[in-house]
Amino acid sequence: MIVRILGEGQYTVPEDQRAALAKLDDAIAEAVDHGDEDRFAEALAALTAEVRSSGEALADDNFAPSDLVVPFSDATLDETKALLADHGESTGSDDH
Amino acid sequence: MGVMKRMSGILQAKTNKLLDKAEDPRESLDLSYQKQLESLQKVRRSVADVTTAKKRIELQATQLQGQADKLQNQAKAALSQGNEDLAREALSRRAALADQLTDLKTQHDQVSAQEQKLIDTAQKLQTQVDSFRTKKETMKATYTAAEAQTKIGEAVSGISESMSDAGMSMQRAQDKIDGMQARAGAMDELLASGALTDLTNPVDDIQAQLNKAGTTSQVDAELAALKAEVGAGTPPAPELGAAEATSAEETPS
Repeated sequence: MIVRILGEGQYTVPEDQRAALAKLDDAIAEAVDHGDEDRFAEALAALTAEVRSSGEALADDNFAPSDLVVPFSDATLDETKALLADHGESTGSDDH
Repeated sequence: MGVMKRMSGILQAKTNKLLDKAEDPRESLDLSYQKQLESLQKVRRSVADVTTAKKRIELQATQLQGQADKLQNQAKAALSQGNEDLAREALSRRAALADQLTDLKTQHDQVSAQEQKLIDTAQKLQTQVDSFRTKKETMKATYTAAEAQTKIGEAVSGISESMSDAGMSMQRAQDKIDGMQARAGAMDELLASGALTDLTNPVDDIQAQLNKAGTTSQVDAELAALKAEVGAGTPPAPELGAAEATSAEETPS
């Protein structure tokens, strides 16, 4: 699957990493829900590190759309909340 | 995949806005290429904006540093005149400026980081634009095949996604810079109003005291020299004064 880290680029991550990424992603969602800045930063750092280490950077001349998108690696909690809220069509109704 | 899926949706929504749904996939290739060029120009302009903001902060820091250095020298001069209170005053004002300098340095670091990110974004986009220009012609030539049609769709949404990402990065940098611009504006006003420069202005109070002390000691030195020259001669002034007073009394009205 192709994962994009905003402001950074795309990575091809092996399918078998999906579960690992999902777990890290859940930690971010939880931190966002609880408004926990420290945990958010920690979880985001863990997720970006995982994508970078398990994935392979796509060349800049590759034009494949991404399957998953990771926030800016230095995104703040407020910023991410605002971004998610601005696009309310996909918030709240997420069933997972 | 909560956050990542939602982020993906957000990026997709932005990308869809970028994409005019052209009937002919070949048209969508050209259209998308045009958008890339525009997008690249915007990022370049944004880099220029950030660089300007950085230069402005550098200029302010230079001004403040100059004032801090001057206060340091004034403190030294005051000490050499034996005026410790004045030296203390100069140093405490210097400390206030140092705080502002630290603040400016932090801002400078942040702006530099944003600048570097935008430069990277521009470079990445440039590579993509160059590569897309040649690829789109190849794709047009092979368009008749059904497979090519799918590939064009993918390539167009892929490249548009990159543009959306670049757009978001740019907006983010702009937001950060806007906040700093407001502070830099306030600092410019402060510098222009003289609230900061007055401290170290050539006629500021510290310099005035230093000058006065300097003048006093110079006058004392000259006076001492004159005394030595004249020796112990009796000053004639009192006699002259008395004579004048007498003549004034004698003048008839």
